[in-house]
Amino acid sequence: MLLLPALLFELLVHLVPMVVGVFISFKALTQLYLAQWQHAPWAGLSNYRIVADVNGAIGQALLHSFVVTCAFTALAVGLSWLFGCAAAILAQDKFRGRGVLRAIFLTPYALPVYASVITWAFMFQYNNGLVNHVLHDELGITSRPTFWLLGDNSFVALVTVSVWRNWPFAFLVIMAGLQSIPRELYEAAAIDGAGIWQQIRLVTMPSLRSVNQVLVLVLFLWTFNDFTTPYVLFGNAAPQPADVISVHIYQSSFLTWNFGEGSAMSVLLLLFLLVVSGGYLLLTSRRRDAY
Amino acid sequence: MPTRPRGKAVVTRAPMAPPPSFIWTRRIVLGVLTVFALLPVYVMVSSSLKPLQDVTSTFSWIPAHITVSPYVDMWRTVPLGRYFVNSLIVCTCAALLSVLLATFAAYAVSRYRFRGRRVFTLVVLSTQMFPGILFLLPLFLIFVSIGNATGIALLGSRTGLVITYLTFSLPFSIWLLAGYFDSIPRSLDEAAWVDGCGPLRALFRVVIPAAMPGIITVAIYAFMTAWGEVLFASVMTNDTTRTLAVGLRDYSTQTDVYWNQIMAASIVVSIPVVAGFLLMQRFLVTGLTAGAVK
Repeated sequence: MLLLPALLFELLVHLVPMVVGVFISFKALTQLYLAQWQHAPWAGLSNYRIVADVNGAIGQALLHSFVVTCAFTALAVGLSWLFGCAAAILAQDKFRGRGVLRAIFLTPYALPVYASVITWAFMFQYNNGLVNHVLHDELGITSRPTFWLLGDNSFVALVTVSVWRNWPFAFLVIMAGLQSIPRELYEAAAIDGAGIWQQIRLVTMPSLRSVNQVLVLVLFLWTFNDFTTPYVLFGNAAPQPADVISVHIYQSSFLTWNFGEGSAMSVLLLLFLLVVSGGYLLLTSRRRDAY
Repeated sequence: MPTRPRGKAVVTRAPMAPPPSFIWTRRIVLGVLTVFALLPVYVMVSSSLKPLQDVTSTFSWIPAHITVSPYVDMWRTVPLGRYFVNSLIVCTCAALLSVLLATFAAYAVSRYRFRGRRVFTLVVLSTQMFPGILFLLPLFLIFVSIGNATGIALLGSRTGLVITYLTFSLPFSIWLLAGYFDSIPRSLDEAAWVDGCGPLRALFRVVIPAAMPGIITVAIYAFMTAWGEVLFASVMTNDTTRTLAVGLRDYSTQTDVYWNQIMAASIVVSIPVVAGFLLMQRFLVTGLTAGAVK
């Protein structure tokens, strides 16, 4: 009985739309039918054929966007995990200023995404941004100012902002995970003559395995599906090298109002995520059992 | 083999002081990360105090002229006040409803053994992981249909946004609260039952007061999730119901980009969530641990 209200809203906003989403991916749902979408003609598999055809313009753009997203996700998740893990482990022992540092590290996570991403967009400006000022004017690394939000560099900008935003979450989760490692393990290791680096390698890292398993998956899914960061950073037109999948689907759906094709892309994306998540959990769980 | 003296708390991880190599690595890595984390915050604060010509020319670390006029002008350049009120209404309603529903659901998950209990938790959690874009198009169409059938306009209304947002935080809230409820001894509600309370009264009189830190955490989390959402807000609001998440972009669609006012507005819209987050972070670590232990 108590579950019912929660279940109802979950149904309305998550499960029903998912079913409807699959349903309309088989429909020729274009602008003409938007108000009466139930009556749009059936299209069979043609939406899927169009979006999965890598030789056609739409399929090619989708494939490109998919590859970009994979590269972006791998880089951003790897770096976020590395930063968060390093910070959490180095700040595990008590030292002066640890509490302040913790608060500082969590600020990127506490600020509303759009506010901080807009600030990054300002920092990446060509004429008046901080990044070009430091790299070009002060350090002289680049011979001329760089366009960060256009062209190939937009990919770097996107990864930077995404890592800045997500590493505090990794830090938070690993910090919580460190608390559950029994002190006796460290003491035993110290008695056996292990220095602090060896303790980290032999006690901390293996103990964090199950925390990392979930953390990496969550980071992967969030980064892969991230819409806010690229959308706020680049505005309505994402540059080609940073055209990640969620923005790609959004733009191709609401620019042309072809919801049928948009839904087909979404369904393919969902299938991909399910397969990857399932495979990942299977693989990592089996490896964990082997130890 | 030396034995640890009894009853004496061990404060440090290693019984010996860390070597200099560790201390220097710690200083450098944590120092670099501090700069990385705070850089945008510094830019935000310093640029919000500069006059327009200073933010449109080459960046300077120290503001040459300090002015508070961006904080005054930002309310006039775009209807920021209205966006603010919209965001407050939507996020508060979504957070309160989400907490209420999550409390009921988490209590059921934690206290009753029913079939499909694990499946329910799993499904609820996995919805969190699906791409928002997947729900956007169908939800858009469903709201159109509900509008056509009943005359209740969910599209472009605050209600539609509240319904959408409350479900975003619901899965995580249920999971977190269920972990929290598990840590509250069952004997507590059993005692209440013996005293003649029904399950509902036991929940409100005994369990909820005991779980208050967890519930507050969840409320703040729900509020923050809603406050930062852009995708649905960009499609489901119109000029009168626009929230901050979309409204902040209005500064840059004008012919001039008022960077100083954008930075000032960014600070002002951050204040509610940063305050909430500081309140929550103490609970969040314990809450995460409670959930993880389960």
